[in-house]
Amino acid sequence: MPTPAERTLAFEPRMSAFVCNWCTYTGADLAGTSRLQMAPNVRIIRLPCTGRIDPLFVIKAFERGADGVIVSGCHPADCHYTSGNYHARRRFAVFKELVEFVGVAPERLTFSWVSASEGQKWRDVVNDATARVRRLGPFDAYRALAGRRG
Amino acid sequence: MTQLQELARTLLSEAAVGVVIGWEEGPRGARPAFVTDPARADRLIFDRRCTANLATYLSPRRTHLAPLGKAAVVVKGCDARAVAGLIRETQIRREDVVLIGVRCGGVLADPASTAPLTADTVADRCPGCQAREPGLADHVVGDLPPAPPGEATRDALIARLDASSPSERWAFWMREFSRCVRCNACREVCPMCFCERCVADKTQPQWLESSPHPRGNLAWHLTRALHQAGRCADCGECARACPAGIPLGLLNRKIAQIVAERFDYRTGDDPSVPAPIGTYSLSDRQEFIL
Repeated sequence: MPTPAERTLAFEPRMSAFVCNWCTYTGADLAGTSRLQMAPNVRIIRLPCTGRIDPLFVIKAFERGADGVIVSGCHPADCHYTSGNYHARRRFAVFKELVEFVGVAPERLTFSWVSASEGQKWRDVVNDATARVRRLGPFDAYRALAGRRG
Repeated sequence: MTQLQELARTLLSEAAVGVVIGWEEGPRGARPAFVTDPARADRLIFDRRCTANLATYLSPRRTHLAPLGKAAVVVKGCDARAVAGLIRETQIRREDVVLIGVRCGGVLADPASTAPLTADTVADRCPGCQAREPGLADHVVGDLPPAPPGEATRDALIARLDASSPSERWAFWMREFSRCVRCNACREVCPMCFCERCVADKTQPQWLESSPHPRGNLAWHLTRALHQAGRCADCGECARACPAGIPLGLLNRKIAQIVAERFDYRTGDDPSVPAPIGTYSLSDRQEFIL
């Protein structure tokens, strides 16, 4: 059995990123083609728009073992569909405060606007979010729910 | 005959409506009544035991009520907010319903009780109520009773939770949610849960685990609360229907606080005010977005 300290050392956060096709996905692509080094912990899920990201996706990610989640899309006024990111902004403002109210540490959820030209910003978002979750440790509290009978 | 019974009889005998939905005396306190015969309008009552929100019968999901014809519904101020919500979200049309407003001095948390209205027996949403006189109504009957007894306690409880650590909040809510048996009573009773097909019932893919299990329970309660953003009329029916006594009213109240603080929106009885989710403002705060 590894000690808690060893476990923390060995801990690699599992991160899910829900990103919009037009800005953040392209920005992440730019980060890759620019050969920027960043934490390899993030699994990217590409969606048409942040407006398409149901908060249930985030819940599902945690259910399936994510330690942290990133949601990212176009800056305000840049949405390919004009207003999807504005709707997402309202929805996730409520969602974020709600999950914090039930006791999810705020560091586990990261929201950002990353445009197609902001490869470096994407790298920083990924590195910072991963580092924050690494400090928190694995989301064992959520995983423990799976094993318990109600 | 009370003013309420008189009005119901007139509406029915003039065929202005096909059914009056109100409350009547039942074996366990006041219960919902569906009066179609003007001669039976004298069954209708309104007192402190009329806790149920009858606006839920207006939801388009209740298709079995449609054959009864146009409905008149007896509403308290809080119930009228639910009717306004249904109109706001284009679930019903204002002209398709007659609203009989009743002036309210608070209701019992348990409509089967015969206790007098005191700080201990009053429903927790009632103290400090701002809607004792229904704003959205075609007719308003009865005299305004004295204000509900007691003090509003929910905001203090939420403030205490907010002040505690995330792990304490997590422990609190997991303990509450672990009792959930996923009977869906909170959804069925809610006038604002009007989706033709609830996401909790979808199986391909199954977004929400349907068995009573802590993980699925958490997902369900987060989703239910989130879908109440800008909708919840604060009628308290979900918490009253809950057989496990989960404090759903606290979650709804928290959501209402968030929506009020962020979007300056308070659920009221004016259907023309747009809902906060589904609309947006260019100047919405985004301090949480990097």
